[in-house]
Amino acid sequence: MTVASIAPKDNKEKWLARIRRFFRWLTTPHVILSIIMVAVMFYLVIIPLYRMIVTTITVADIDLRALRDAEAGDLTWYHWVRMLTGKIGKLMTYQPLVHSVVVALGATFLALAIGGLMAWLVCRTDIPGRETIHMLAQVPYIMPSWTIAMAWLVLFKNQKSGGTMGLLEFITGAPTPDWLAYGPIPIIVSSGLHYYTFFFLFISAALLSIDSSLEEAGELAGAGRWRIMRKITFPLVIPAIASGFIMTFSKAMGTFGGPNVLGVPIRYYTLSTMLKSNSSIGNYGDAFVTAIVLIVFAMVTVMLNQKLVGTRKSFETIGGRGFMSKKVKLRNFKPIIVAGVVVFQFIIAVLPLVLLIFSSFMLRDGKWTLDNFTLAHWIGRGDIAINSGEPGILRNPKVWLGAWNSIRLSILTALFTALSGIILGYAIVKGRGTRLSKIVEQMSFIPYVIPGIAFGAVYIAMFTKPVGPIPALYGTFALLVLVSVAKHLPFSARSGVSAMLQVGKELEEAAALAGASPWRRFTRIIFPLTSTGFVSGFLLTFISTMRELSLIILLVTPTTAVLASMTMRYIENGNDQQANAVIILLIVLVLIGNFIISRFRGGSLKKGLGM
Amino acid sequence: METPIIINNLTKKFGDVVAVNDVSVTIEPRTFLTLLGPSGCGKTTLLRCISGLEDPDEGEIYIGDRLIYSHVKGISVPPGQRELGMVFQNYALWPHMTVYKNMTFALEMQKLSKEEMDRRVKQSLEEVKMTGYEGRYPREMSGGQQQRIALARMLAYRPKVFLMDEPLSNLDARLRMDMRTELKRLHHLSDATTIYVTHDQLEAMTMSSNIAVMKEGVIQQMDTPDKVYHYPANLFVADFIGNPKINLLEGWISGQDLVDLGKFNVPAHTYRKTGEVTLAVHPEDICIHPEPVEGGVEFIAYSVLPSGADTTIIAHKGDTELIVKEMGVSKIAMDQKIWLTFNKDAVNLYDKASGKLVTG
Repeated sequence: MTVASIAPKDNKEKWLARIRRFFRWLTTPHVILSIIMVAVMFYLVIIPLYRMIVTTITVADIDLRALRDAEAGDLTWYHWVRMLTGKIGKLMTYQPLVHSVVVALGATFLALAIGGLMAWLVCRTDIPGRETIHMLAQVPYIMPSWTIAMAWLVLFKNQKSGGTMGLLEFITGAPTPDWLAYGPIPIIVSSGLHYYTFFFLFISAALLSIDSSLEEAGELAGAGRWRIMRKITFPLVIPAIASGFIMTFSKAMGTFGGPNVLGVPIRYYTLSTMLKSNSSIGNYGDAFVTAIVLIVFAMVTVMLNQKLVGTRKSFETIGGRGFMSKKVKLRNFKPIIVAGVVVFQFIIAVLPLVLLIFSSFMLRDGKWTLDNFTLAHWIGRGDIAINSGEPGILRNPKVWLGAWNSIRLSILTALFTALSGIILGYAIVKGRGTRLSKIVEQMSFIPYVIPGIAFGAVYIAMFTKPVGPIPALYGTFALLVLVSVAKHLPFSARSGVSAMLQVGKELEEAAALAGASPWRRFTRIIFPLTSTGFVSGFLLTFISTMRELSLIILLVTPTTAVLASMTMRYIENGNDQQANAVIILLIVLVLIGNFIISRFRGGSLKKGLGM
Repeated sequence: METPIIINNLTKKFGDVVAVNDVSVTIEPRTFLTLLGPSGCGKTTLLRCISGLEDPDEGEIYIGDRLIYSHVKGISVPPGQRELGMVFQNYALWPHMTVYKNMTFALEMQKLSKEEMDRRVKQSLEEVKMTGYEGRYPREMSGGQQQRIALARMLAYRPKVFLMDEPLSNLDARLRMDMRTELKRLHHLSDATTIYVTHDQLEAMTMSSNIAVMKEGVIQQMDTPDKVYHYPANLFVADFIGNPKINLLEGWISGQDLVDLGKFNVPAHTYRKTGEVTLAVHPEDICIHPEPVEGGVEFIAYSVLPSGADTTIIAHKGDTELIVKEMGVSKIAMDQKIWLTFNKDAVNLYDKASGKLVTG
């Protein structure tokens, strides 16, 4: 039996066939999801970036005083010329840029040194208490990034620049030098201590996965321990160092909390604090120039880094056996090193909290005596003499609103991030090899290279005015959710992809052959099999949104304020103790969330970083 | 229920790689067709095009008299509506469902009654000898058991066509043998047409009613296992089929039914009078003699490899090497002189330029 091939009779049939084929392609689940995600990401990332650039070359009402002949809406290079040349350029762009780079580089190298050393101690020596060190190393990262900065202030503030005495000056009687109280060094140290967790986790993962036979081969070849480390171990962990470097540097470039607490009081501006100060007076044209400079700089760094490390040196370090036959013996140094690690971890994990709590019990700032002890900052009824009449934070409806906002924002962000993770993961994995899948993957990566505060700035540009069917969102809570979800896109794509890769494609194909519709395949097969990834993605996003500051600082209003932004406002108003009390409250919430995570799945921060 | 499968001019490309190249084939009802070839030859892609999991770029496919794919008409019936069942290489059992749920997933969509589903599950489990496993989860079973459940899942669905993508490749040798027996039986008892993909020629030889040998997206030969083995259509097929490997020797036709291999001559049937050829002869079609015989060619036994049932002897003559198979345990010792004769009816000749069979 044979059936002759039927050729199409005329053009009409040819076109019909073509339309049918196109429609079939379009209705493939991963294609339609990819197209939807491309549209969403275009709206959430590309359009805002475009609008931001347009704002910098458009005359705004606020510019009319300086540009008398111009009309609002005209094209102008005014902002670019002003921000990049002359005295203003130096003050508002170049100096902050240098400060940002100094601070970010300093923090990154400090974090690398501490993280690398700790990772080596834990993975390669016979140091006792490995598990405990590993756990404590994650504590600084779990806390909001500016926690140490605020604690720093409590300890090192001096009367000359800070108005009131820090604990150190109070005890010694001698004013702390300015360089120790404010400026680059405190910022570098306080953020370096926060970010070292990245390096610790990345490098220890790499060290543990190196096939020990590579090192043993070096030993058999007669190389000494130091030589093996320099020539074999170190080159093998370079990829881990590089990814830690990109992550830390771009985060440190865009961070707002630390520089705001420790830099702004002595007018040591970084790009992030400069951006905030310009946008809070409504000078968006100037602010966005700063934001673009920041974005370009961060992108160039990431690209340079990838070029330098590149694929040539990023070899597979995972060998057949992950165990280490030999540990370096610390011998006589053991007690000293152990003591050093204990003291260090105490200083960065426990001391800041103690200082912050201590300060929140002091009625007058800078007076560290028992008769100054009060609970007013926590449960006071609101005395006009204390904190301009603001009640203690536990009785303050504004704080409760902030806490509610924080929780609400975190839950919504986590939910949408987890959801977009599944969709992105599905679209990218099922479409592997197609151009569409590549576009989706690359687009989802863009927010990664845009520093947090600049990303927030992008959203002011977009949503101050209504665009098409979307209303003006500036000042709304929805905008905070939107920006947080968008900033988490790279994370959600990565975790979605890794979750989806664990579900063999045959499992879905078998269901398709059984006659299940795409929706049924999703609800009965894919979702049940990826739900653990969904839940852990949800929890990790919840925690990270809770302590997010840089991203939303430009977008919050008094009614949408979250706990993180409230700490900044209280500091700016000079109510340090209240700020400290609020950040303690925030940390408590974060710790509760973290406790739930660890209950849920052994609490591995590593997994959350997509490693 | 007679279900032939007709494929016309099917082509599937991945980027610049042509995985299936203009394949036309008619598969008669109730055939057990094996697609055989090295990895990357397009056999799995062809199977996936038939299943609908892959969308071809050209051509048409009929299952029965139903057009399920046509490029020019823009038709592609979704996989679930093609009435075919598939067993995947890694079984693809849904890990979060019990055996029962795995088996009724498709049946639920057919809106069968609970009684009918129970009946089908019971019957299918009986057929694969897995009665009583309804409540197990896939990870609670061994690989061989999972394999049987994957089969049962397909059987419960009662498809007209069985598609199998290297279903036995993850099993150990012993289990594979058992499953071959079972699979062949299952096919024998059902009305379905089976298309089976494998790179294991022994699997293909033992189970199939027809074998299609593929290379670079093209079917090189489609025939019964016997024909494919004894009359490979071209050098590629000759080289691919047979264990131990077939002997290939370069030579030229020097006279009526005689091939000159330089150092010696071998008789062969051919319609050609002259020309350069490659001679192919299976190891068991060469006869080995410890003493000189008429027409025997002198060789040295380079190595002797007994396996119990038979013995493989590697014979050398200068730089010419031949693999010879002798039944039972051979008495030949290593480095001993031996004399070889060739079974004229079993010698195949291939044109050196085109690689095509010229024996006849």
